[in-house]
Amino acid sequence: MATLSPTSFTKNFNSSVDFPITSFQTFAIFGPKLKTEQTHFRLSTSFNVRTGSRLELKAMKESPGLTQKLDKNRLDRLTESENGCDLFQHLKHRFLRFKKHKFEENLGHFQNLAEGQAPKFMIIACADSRVCPSVILGFQPGEAFMVRNVANLVPPFEGGPSETNAALEFAVNSLKVENILVIGHSRCGGIRALMSMQDEVDSSSFIRSWVIVGKNASLNTKSAASHLGFDQQCKHCEKESVDHSLLNLLTYPWIEQKVAKGELSLHGGYYDFVDCTFEKWTLDYKGSNLGKNSRLPVKNRFYWC
Amino acid sequence: MASLEEAIEGLKKFLSNKDDVAVAQIEKLITGLQETDLNEFDPVKRIIEGFQHFKINKFDKHPELYEKLAEGQWPKFLVFACSDSRVCPSHILDFQPGEAFMVRNIANMVPAFDKLKYSGVGAAIEYAVSVLEVQNILVIGHSRCGGIKRLMTHPEDNSAPFDFIDEWVKIGLPAKVKVQAEFGDLPLEDQCKHCEKESVKLSLCNLETYPYVQMGLANKKLRLMGGYYDFVHGKFELLEFEPCFRHLFST
Repeated sequence: MATLSPTSFTKNFNSSVDFPITSFQTFAIFGPKLKTEQTHFRLSTSFNVRTGSRLELKAMKESPGLTQKLDKNRLDRLTESENGCDLFQHLKHRFLRFKKHKFEENLGHFQNLAEGQAPKFMIIACADSRVCPSVILGFQPGEAFMVRNVANLVPPFEGGPSETNAALEFAVNSLKVENILVIGHSRCGGIRALMSMQDEVDSSSFIRSWVIVGKNASLNTKSAASHLGFDQQCKHCEKESVDHSLLNLLTYPWIEQKVAKGELSLHGGYYDFVDCTFEKWTLDYKGSNLGKNSRLPVKNRFYWC
Repeated sequence: MASLEEAIEGLKKFLSNKDDVAVAQIEKLITGLQETDLNEFDPVKRIIEGFQHFKINKFDKHPELYEKLAEGQWPKFLVFACSDSRVCPSHILDFQPGEAFMVRNIANMVPAFDKLKYSGVGAAIEYAVSVLEVQNILVIGHSRCGGIKRLMTHPEDNSAPFDFIDEWVKIGLPAKVKVQAEFGDLPLEDQCKHCEKESVKLSLCNLETYPYVQMGLANKKLRLMGGYYDFVHGKFELLEFEPCFRHLFST
């Protein structure tokens, strides 16, 4: 792991968190009650590795890089024993490793990326910590514009503005991505919550207010798979929900237009982290075939294990 | 691996075959290969190669870890990052499977508590804090953010409105107002950079409006942090956010 040896430094680069506390007035958005409250930002650490800042890296013999195969002995994970300062140091060292082994070794590529991004994919994946598409599908910087939300749901156009469709609008109309891939996964807590819901929406819960977007998928599952156990029904719904999201994508006029012209392809994916398998299918768009209640027509279905 | 040209040359040798059907099939194959554009991007190929690499080099090499993760997740972090393809925290901070529950949206914004308008973000916060009991929330902004630029330039530039983007980025309006007041004389690019950082601070303040976050902070079980990734200069800054009351006066 690389260590830092500052040649000239200010206290900003000291690893202790002994900095002057900076106070900010809270924003008026909270209203009069909170105007007397002051918030503090504490500069924990600022790691600047430009040569101009005069920090020299002293690489030790072992330099685990991002592309290096994970060695069991050096599996660098955040442990239970991390206290505050250790955690910051840990993040700092991770960034410096990325900087050394990816950024600097591919400087030309990163300089091009700094000028602009042209990803070919937009990915919609779950926020679950186990399913990051950069890890499981190896997307590198610049390759995939990514939205991650609970249960990888896509709300329909008529639902109005949301964070997911703002991202869709940007990816499709500004970045002009050629592929949208919605990835579901095994043992999804959000889908489980959806399948567990009774008919009345629990208005006190954000989770339920959100996952209701996938309601049609859970209804389809309950009618098609009622003979299965609950866990199997959830698995069925995880995949059904991906299809449902693909159909919801087509409710956006600017998406359907591009799909019809062949400029944009919509794909579904399913990552099973129990068996480590990946399924992928592509929407077979022929406008007249897509009725409201019809099964999603797909092509090029693959299963990799 | 044989090149395309070698494959075509190899097939041509069979054209001397007197079987008309076979010759026709071989000619069809040659035509198909000649039309193959090796530079054409194949999304399916890209996905399978990526997954195979992960399976062979990560999943199969650490069976105990992945077996444990299959049973559940216990991430220490809830991370908010931008959807920008250049800033995935799994790269820049090397988050491994199981470490970070990750939300990605335009301009890494966290709106204030609003169950009707922002149920998606609220669901992620509720799940991460109340169910998964993460100990840290980290909001990461970045350089040259398209969402922040849109916030800073529209509607003053008289551009046509977007259906959804403008409604989303206006969550950052207080940050824009603050930056324009303090740095309004700077070039747009500098103002945007200030806004990228100010928006992170705003998002951290907005996090406080969620009851489960308030409880976590009060019980000292939750820490809020702001990060800023500058991919132009290869820098990363980290700030800790500590909301507290300061006694102003008593009579």
